[in-house]
Amino acid sequence: MSVRVFVPGDSAACSVGADEVAALIAELAAARGITVEVIRNGSRGMLWLEPFVEVQTPAGRIGYGPVAPGDVASLIDAGLLEGEDHALGHGLVEEIGWLARQQRVSFARVGLADPLDLDEYRNLGGLAGLRRALKTPVDEVVGDILASGLRGRGGAGFPAGIKWRTVLEADADQKFVCCNADEGDSGTFADRMLMEGDPFTLLEGMAIAGVTIGASLGLIYVRSEYPAAIATLRTAVDIARVDGWLGADVSGSGRAFDVRVVEGAGSYVCGEETAMLESLEGKRGMVRPKPPIPALQGLFGKPTLVHNVLTLSAVPAIMAEGPTAYQSLGVDRSRGTQVFQLAGNIARGGIVELAFGVSLRELVEDFGGATRSGRPVRAVQVGGPLGAYLPESALDVSMDYEALAAAGSMLGHGGVVVFDDTVDMAAQARFAMEFCAVESCGKCTPCRIGSTRGVEVIDKITAGVDRARNLELLEELCETMTDGSLCAMGGLTPLPVRSAVTHFGEDFHRPVNGRQGQ
Amino acid sequence: MTGRTFGRQLSAADALATMPIEERLILPCLQRIQSSFGYITDDSVDAVAEFLNVSRAEVIGVLTYYHDLRRTPAPAVAVGVCVAEACQAVGARSLIADIEADFQTAIGAQSSGAPIEFIKAYCLGNCALGPAIMVNRRLIGRCDIDRVRAAVREAQEGNR
Repeated sequence: MSVRVFVPGDSAACSVGADEVAALIAELAAARGITVEVIRNGSRGMLWLEPFVEVQTPAGRIGYGPVAPGDVASLIDAGLLEGEDHALGHGLVEEIGWLARQQRVSFARVGLADPLDLDEYRNLGGLAGLRRALKTPVDEVVGDILASGLRGRGGAGFPAGIKWRTVLEADADQKFVCCNADEGDSGTFADRMLMEGDPFTLLEGMAIAGVTIGASLGLIYVRSEYPAAIATLRTAVDIARVDGWLGADVSGSGRAFDVRVVEGAGSYVCGEETAMLESLEGKRGMVRPKPPIPALQGLFGKPTLVHNVLTLSAVPAIMAEGPTAYQSLGVDRSRGTQVFQLAGNIARGGIVELAFGVSLRELVEDFGGATRSGRPVRAVQVGGPLGAYLPESALDVSMDYEALAAAGSMLGHGGVVVFDDTVDMAAQARFAMEFCAVESCGKCTPCRIGSTRGVEVIDKITAGVDRARNLELLEELCETMTDGSLCAMGGLTPLPVRSAVTHFGEDFHRPVNGRQGQ
Repeated sequence: MTGRTFGRQLSAADALATMPIEERLILPCLQRIQSSFGYITDDSVDAVAEFLNVSRAEVIGVLTYYHDLRRTPAPAVAVGVCVAEACQAVGARSLIADIEADFQTAIGAQSSGAPIEFIKAYCLGNCALGPAIMVNRRLIGRCDIDRVRAAVREAQEGNR
């Protein structure tokens, strides 16, 4: 019998040598006369341990990491293939505290198996949600989504069930499900890891949505920076069609639902839902005014259910286990789990899925182990490039939609980016404006022009030109951008800028010659 | 990258003719042209406008909107260097300075004719393993200048 070895095929793992490690394990085991089956699984999300190699033993899966290609020979000699102890060993993977303390729902299957092995997907509980949805009247399915308390995970946090009901009740000859996989926020990678590591869960969530609201076509809009996710999804769609749960007759239900994977072309704003719809129509990714809302007039003017990857990926579990289990997790109006992503200068970065209500400090310190550099944490940006910079003293905030909003921040897509005490917050504020200038779609003047003026004003402040007046001007500019922009790009760029000024004001008052260059 | 059909050069119109009906929109047509020829010429703009029965202005509007679409020949080695926050937190700014010194180039916009092109990327989705770069669609994490040099060399040698 051959030894089963798991080496992630996730692009983050491959970015630090997983392909080389997988090839070496196969080669060196063969040279020693040992038969191995190397399975390219998704990543467990313990990214600081990548490449993270697992070996199946009678006691369970034993993990080793981070395994550099140069470590493979010595690991095999030390008994890697028998699960022996080693300096890089972490014991039974399911007993690693960092993983065991999580409450994985959307990410429950990621990392367990070959992402494109449909039999494994079924063995791990896949397709139970779709089976139940097909046997349940559509208004009851919508009722379950409502009862689960699921809200949009892309950042806006709109109740998913209300969207489903709106599209269901809309009268039209054609409806669409559009999955927003244009994950452009720095510090976020959960969509990518789910698409690469468990694509069938996303497709199942879309199929449940499609057959429920009466859409026959779903589109996944994936950013071009994610070539591996695009390839994995396209293969997964083909497999699901052959298996009969996507296509003209979903699992023999008589209802049609198919999926197409569409590649973006480089535009941050296309992560905004109406800009994404424009891009899916082949046009410039310009934001549309709302109303009309996409649920009534979306893609090509038809009722369209637009959801983020993580929202749709929560649906199969909600349908399989009923809404109560999901609803029982979380706090207040933030129900269920959030897939947090620990990033930046962090010792133990990766995917932490937990019920809402965990504190930012637990995420950064307990899970993240504070900074990778070993220096003190100075700032944490929550919610992507449009999210606020929080000081160390604010880390006790509860991670849920309302508590973060009350703290002048936002959850966004769940990204947490940690900076140590070498960060120059004036430079970070300048970058927020610069990013907005690069990525603005140009529709709203405050965003298109205000962002460039913002860079100039911050440059004057850091150069020591009339600081008090220019700080006042910056505040006025932020107010204009917040109030005068259609979408979050111009409307929220002031959030990181203002939070940097508010919490780290000293960085805007440093002696001019004492400042490091940009 | 130019293909051939029946002994003659593949034209933009040929590349477009095989587009599936649901992709006969401006952006997918431009993406098809770019994947066939490496970049989008003025003649290709005309071909897309004619194929879709839209104005040149509409095609150019889409072409100039998206960062990925290019009007100049693609370099042999295209390097996207992540300059976004998560990579900044782990030294992207100093990596950029190292790259610019080492390769004697500025990281910026698309170039024309250069064998290696460095452009700014705004997040490559590798935010726990930064600084990150992407070399010809291959993602590289935990970058320092040595890893950048090695990845560029491998791309030049065609190993990747």
